[in-house]
Amino acid sequence: MNRFANPTRFMRISAAVLPAIGWLTALLLVVGLVLALFVAPPDYQQGESVRIMFIHVPAAWMALFVYANLALASAAGLIWRHPLAEIAAQEAAPLGAAFTLVCLVTGSLWGQPMWGTWWVWDARLTSVLVMFFLYLGYIALVHAFDDPTRGARAGAILAMVGVVNLPIIKFSVDWWNTLHQPASVFRLGGPTIVLSMLLPLLVMAIAFTILFFWLWLVRIRSAIVARKLRSLRLAGADDFAQLDASGGKPAGSYPS
Amino acid sequence: MTRKRRRLTAVLAGLATLGLATFLVLTAFSDNLVFFYSPSDLKTKHVPFERQLRIGGLVEEHSVKREADGKTIDFRVTDGSNTVAVTFTGGLPDLFREGQGVVAEGVLRRDGSFLASNVLAKHDEKYMPPEVADALKRSGHWQETSASGNAEARK
Amino acid sequence: MENLTHYFAMGGYAAFVWPAYAVALIVLGGMALQSLRAYWRNLRQLETLQQERPGRRRGAR
Repeated sequence: MNRFANPTRFMRISAAVLPAIGWLTALLLVVGLVLALFVAPPDYQQGESVRIMFIHVPAAWMALFVYANLALASAAGLIWRHPLAEIAAQEAAPLGAAFTLVCLVTGSLWGQPMWGTWWVWDARLTSVLVMFFLYLGYIALVHAFDDPTRGARAGAILAMVGVVNLPIIKFSVDWWNTLHQPASVFRLGGPTIVLSMLLPLLVMAIAFTILFFWLWLVRIRSAIVARKLRSLRLAGADDFAQLDASGGKPAGSYPS
Repeated sequence: MTRKRRRLTAVLAGLATLGLATFLVLTAFSDNLVFFYSPSDLKTKHVPFERQLRIGGLVEEHSVKREADGKTIDFRVTDGSNTVAVTFTGGLPDLFREGQGVVAEGVLRRDGSFLASNVLAKHDEKYMPPEVADALKRSGHWQETSASGNAEARK
Repeated sequence: MENLTHYFAMGGYAAFVWPAYAVALIVLGGMALQSLRAYWRNLRQLETLQQERPGRRRGAR
């Protein structure tokens, strides 16, 4: 844990792997999209509309997966008080919100032609909407405090409270009568999708996962650089204040 | 180290309490979280008449009939053990067909039939191309969808 | 040409399939673009700041 938690080492390792992850994301997305749009067959019931699945289902998985990461990073931040964990949690949230939004909108676009409605308040759809608002609430809460440490702590507690929503989303289709159908891939007895549709789905899911890790690294690095910038500027301002007080001129040449 | 240990314990205890509380709340509310009633529920659960509610199940084979006006259709919804007659006027979703899952919104009339104001299709968790579906049906390996989809299948 | 038209029609579901892919592209692509641009901007600013004050690199903390 502590081996990776050192920001300097994190910056060095992440800089080395970042380009490779970026290109891997692009490659997997291209392969996944070709499989989803050209290779996968139409469904016997849903026809070509089934192609929405290759976006909707991976986005839904990512919504859950990112939330699990957000909660884990929040827990690590709360327990070990490590700034890198706090940054990681905060930078995961916008990505999770984006995947959840994609899941909700594509689900709506799929529901209208197949079910006959854009939206219903069944347990599955409602619990996913709750997760979307958890992401938004987390982002708002973190930024609601003047003191960033307190904001991070309050956000972490909200993130961990929201964990109870994960099993509710996953099992909502088994516990209650829902309009949404039960799981097709992660279920007892194996997937109920033929291989020619399962394969594009899995490639898209891996592509989305790598996309998430790539953007997460970019955002964490960006946040660390931003913190460094802030402390540099603060240090510069301190110099000014000291030199002003002593009536001298600053040693470095600052642009006014 | 001890402070970290204490925070770890606090986080775990908090999560456990929260999980237990959620479980209790969900158990208490489980009957109110029903999105639709099955035809058997209508018989056993004292479902109110003339109130907006949803019923769900499979459209019974050979039960869909169009009335003379061309817009009203009658069909029966079944969960394997009980059936209910449904009347509906309006547009149907693309997935509506005999043998498929359906959720109808409307009111239960005193004669036990259901007057639907909206009909939603419920699809199952199976995905395959038409050729595979045909082949499965020809070879007799086709498994019909469970009565009303998910929760009912476990009973 | 006819094949292409037939393909884009998506069996009559074009109005749902293509917007779904477009939304994914706009939301996820927008998120990627925003993240990368903020990252590059921060890197550039750090470089400028460190060039302006070469002696301050270590003295920041």
